Amino acid sequence: MSGTFVGMPAFPTAARAALGDTQLRRNLAHATHTIRDKRARVVAEVEDWEELRLAGAGVKEAALRDLATHLETLEAALTRAGATVHWARDAEEACAIVAAIAKRHGADEVVKVKSMATQEIGLNEALEAVGIAAWETDLAELIVQLGEDLPSHILVPAIHRNRAEVREIFRRRMGAVGRPAPDDLTDEPAVLAGAAREHLREKFLRAKVGVSGANFAVADTGTLVVVESEGNGRMCLTLPEVLVSVVGIEKVVATWSDLDPMLRLLPRSSTGERMNPYTSTWSGVTPGDGPQEVHVVLLDNGRTRALADDVGRQALRCIRCSACLNVCPVYERVGGHAYGSVYPGPIGAILNPLLRGVSDEQTASLPYASSLCGACFEVCPVRIDIPSVLVDQRAAVVDAHRGDRIPRRGSHWQEAVAMRAAAWTFSDARRLGWAERASGLAGRVLGRFSRTTLPGGRAAAGRLPGPGAAWTGARDLPAPPPESFREWWDRTDGGRS
Amino acid sequence: MKVALQITCVNDAMFPDTGKAVVRLLRRLGVDVEFPRAQTCCGQPMVNTGYLDEAVPVVRTFVDAFAGYDAIVTPSGSCAGSARHQHSIVAERSGDPALVAAVAQIAPRTYELSEFLVDVLGVTDVGAYFPHRVTYHPTCHSLRMLGVGDRPLRLLEQVRGIELVDLPHDTECCGFGGTFAVKNADTSIAMGADKARHVRDTGAEVLVAGDNSCLMHIGGVLSRQRAGVRVMHLAEVLVATEDSEGDSSGPAVGARKAGA
Ligand code: SF4
Repeated sequence: MSGTFVGMPAFPTAARAALGDTQLRRNLAHATHTIRDKRARVVAEVEDWEELRLAGAGVKEAALRDLATHLETLEAALTRAGATVHWARDAEEACAIVAAIAKRHGADEVVKVKSMATQEIGLNEALEAVGIAAWETDLAELIVQLGEDLPSHILVPAIHRNRAEVREIFRRRMGAVGRPAPDDLTDEPAVLAGAAREHLREKFLRAKVGVSGANFAVADTGTLVVVESEGNGRMCLTLPEVLVSVVGIEKVVATWSDLDPMLRLLPRSSTGERMNPYTSTWSGVTPGDGPQEVHVVLLDNGRTRALADDVGRQALRCIRCSACLNVCPVYERVGGHAYGSVYPGPIGAILNPLLRGVSDEQTASLPYASSLCGACFEVCPVRIDIPSVLVDQRAAVVDAHRGDRIPRRGSHWQEAVAMRAAAWTFSDARRLGWAERASGLAGRVLGRFSRTTLPGGRAAAGRLPGPGAAWTGARDLPAPPPESFREWWDRTDGGRS
Repeated sequence: MKVALQITCVNDAMFPDTGKAVVRLLRRLGVDVEFPRAQTCCGQPMVNTGYLDEAVPVVRTFVDAFAGYDAIVTPSGSCAGSARHQHSIVAERSGDPALVAAVAQIAPRTYELSEFLVDVLGVTDVGAYFPHRVTYHPTCHSLRMLGVGDRPLRLLEQVRGIELVDLPHDTECCGFGGTFAVKNADTSIAMGADKARHVRDTGAEVLVAGDNSCLMHIGGVLSRQRAGVRVMHLAEVLVATEDSEGDSSGPAVGARKAGA
């Protein structure tokens, strides 16, 4: 029902289109600043926030260091508790497992808890292909699904929509898939939420199979944890007869007490709340209470690839709080769709290349979708040094094309030549001196023909051709000075003569 | 104390006045700063674009040029950050233990200008006079990679005659980002336009920062808008005195052509 990101253009092209969408710009600026400020307020309340971050990073790091052992412990504990554990190497295997379970129960629909892992594997589309409807029950996911839209944020997938747009979507689309929106629907948030509640209720009560992800998987007790705000998750986790949870292998933590820092870090970082309204935990099957058949699909889908990357593996600590999206100046302006993945923003810019590699142009453009301002690292509750991983992934992109027989298209080739020329020039001060004399000469010429004076009196260089146009298209550029610092120092003995 | 100026490639070729200001300022404070002629660039343009192999000889040139100095002062938060946090990555990549050792020696001795003034020299009042309305943008690398904190503001607050006004949303990135400015020019400009708007909202005549590369971007947007705001490096404000104010190296006066 919803679209897919397949065939998205590389980031700069997608971003250009998004930047021209005025409503998107306004919706995003408003929403990101609101969540950003809320987070900052509740984080400031916690005196030992830095220690908490270190503890959170430590919990995840320890789990990743010995991942295989923890996963086996988890599998044993889950099995003891009556759950069936499946292992899925990739998206295709995971989707096939979920589809087979639903088919076995003769289900033609499932209700879903908001889950990034199931979006990552394209589960809804895979189920649809075999005649099973997957209903999203999180309010924002419902908006995206009804709008046949794509998610643009990890936590608030419909962040790019305002309430007037949501009202339109509900009015036009709800009726086709279930209970229609009431005739007197307004764009009041409470009224919209009420309509969603009515629409979803019949699905909750009818569905035989529930599908979820998990925020955490506790190895020693075999417990899955879902953290949410709306209560729809708890409905899906308790009402259906059968529950299938698709869980990325990096979600494992060693012990129950490891949840302590995580559950304190997550709500403040994600929704800016001191505590989230609903935390559901379950271990296998409890006779006579809740789903009587419980499946857990442990998903790799590139995670072991990321784990093997010395610098990048820290990205697997991510708890999907989306704080990095909300503070990102790039995300704030272009939104989530431009990243071409269910994982947008700073974390998406590192996670997608780590999971998939950088062989396609779209993924290879993601590590460059950042000014490296570092705001993401500052807020990340598990201290993922996103800027360093971005730089490392840029190196992975460049390294992937070293030794190419056929040079990459257009600007990539120019860039490689420019970088090599710069490296040659910067490897020897004499060469830099020559380059500066040439630039001084150019500066004299450009200065003479300049028709623009910069504030303060310096001449501007005018519009440049070729790659320089990317700069001068919207920004004046000072003409190079006729004399470099180096030449001044030599001429005046460092200003002494 | 043997002190070296790391001018940075951008300042050397494009903003020599900043370098001259640093030299004059430090001399006024009793530091006879040297300019090692063998220096070129810190290598950041290559590292941040992913060309790590290409950065190896550049980092080698850096450590060779600055070996033997007690302190290396640079009028750029970004280049100081590159030396302190990225040179070790490049050195590891080279597989040359001698380079790794040289970087470990030199990286911690690299200071951004405001760090050097406040932490090493222990001054905040540098005897400057600058009677203009000024706002200050903390550049991302000085703020987050280096953690210079409020040092630049403490220096500016002591300047006589200055009218210092807060920049709204000051900690938000201006959108320069090195090669980001051209690889993702549209997003970069969208960010720069918002920064320029916040600068204009202050009513300031001069925007000050510790990195000329960010200033070249924000200043480029402001100039294209004919906003009537000029950009100046922190060093150029701190070097101004009652004697210099009004002469050709002073601020905001008349037509200073490229050749002057
Ligand atoms: S990278 Fe950090 S800040 Fe971003 S979503 Fe993951 S945990 Fe949250």
